[in-house]
Amino acid sequence: MHRYICDFILDITQNSFEAKSTQVELFLFEDDRYLKVIIKDNGKGMSSDVLEKVLDPYYTDGLKHKNRKVGLGLPFLVQSVRESGGSFDINSKPNEGTQVYCSFDLCNVDTPPIGDISSTFLTLFSDPNANELIIRREINTSKGSSHYEFSKSELLEILGDFSTVSSLCLLRDFLQSQEEDLQQYYVNRTLIFK
Amino acid sequence: MAKMTLEELRNLRASKQKSLQKRSIEGKEGQIIIGMGTCGIAAGAKTVLDAFLSELDAKGITNISVTQTGCMGLCHVEPTVEVVVPNMPDVIYGNVDAKVAKQIVQDHLIDHKLVSDHVFDRPAADIYVKDGDK
Ligand SMILES: Nc1ncnc2c1ncn2[C@@H]1O[C@H](COP(=O)(O)OP(=O)(O)OP(=O)(O)O)[C@@H](O)[C@H]1O
Ligand SMILES: [Mg+2]
Repeated sequence: MHRYICDFILDITQNSFEAKSTQVELFLFEDDRYLKVIIKDNGKGMSSDVLEKVLDPYYTDGLKHKNRKVGLGLPFLVQSVRESGGSFDINSKPNEGTQVYCSFDLCNVDTPPIGDISSTFLTLFSDPNANELIIRREINTSKGSSHYEFSKSELLEILGDFSTVSSLCLLRDFLQSQEEDLQQYYVNRTLIFK
Repeated sequence: MAKMTLEELRNLRASKQKSLQKRSIEGKEGQIIIGMGTCGIAAGAKTVLDAFLSELDAKGITNISVTQTGCMGLCHVEPTVEVVVPNMPDVIYGNVDAKVAKQIVQDHLIDHKLVSDHVFDRPAADIYVKDGDK
């Protein structure tokens, strides 16, 4: 089971990369109480049949893990959200794409801690399976609001590659500075930093 | 750290490029590949990626690429890391955490010694079938 909300985000976004999407969008919106996440891709999509099965922990398409008959990503998420007062929704159309929506109740004691947002973004941007990835992060709490948004293509144009130590460190510092700037608006984090 | 703009990132990149060129030409000489499938993530693979970056940066090792891959078929010893460098056998390390990552940088990359407690072989086809990969 994942220990952090960020691990779910990583996992579900990787599914979108694996679905041969040419573009994936990841939105994170945080307010006083909830972290809302939307992951939208234009990949291979799923029929309603498959979609039904996917939420069952005993399903995987059998391609990725040749000898494992269980997929873990989505059922993990659904279970965690169910146990902690959040919500989950998924829409998908074959050959059009998939959209996953979920929200986490940051005040619920059973919600996992958020985890390290900027290092999750670093991992996603540098994933070799990712084509275009657009990340938008927004915070709007009683303390104020701010946001940042970047695409993989614009970062790659500047850094040249995402595999050498020097460019990955620059990307890490860059993403950290973005998230640090939002910290002044964090609310309720103390409750869930277990 | 103040919030960085894209322009500042571009300038940092340019100045870093210059200092790299000064230190002779450093080709990409090795590869660190981190297993970042569901089981890897659950076991803390993201922390391992962060640890490798910080340690390589701290030691000034820049001629190594750091990349990700999916499941390597060794889910029971995740997080797993494959290290490919010249003059050393290709090795898959299992049960890697931030501390082991540091050790791999020092022992394997710098001293050319294996971190033997953590060496695992790529699963052979027949074992793969027997164990499944869960
Ligand atoms: N965004 C998506 N687009 C198309 N198919 C998807 C998407 N997300 C999930 N699927 C389908 O649902 C199946 C189950 O996904 P799930 O993440 O639960 O397991 P998995 O990706 O197969 O394995 P893992 O446990 O390594 O994540 C996938 O194998 C894939 O066929
Ligand atoms: Mg998955």
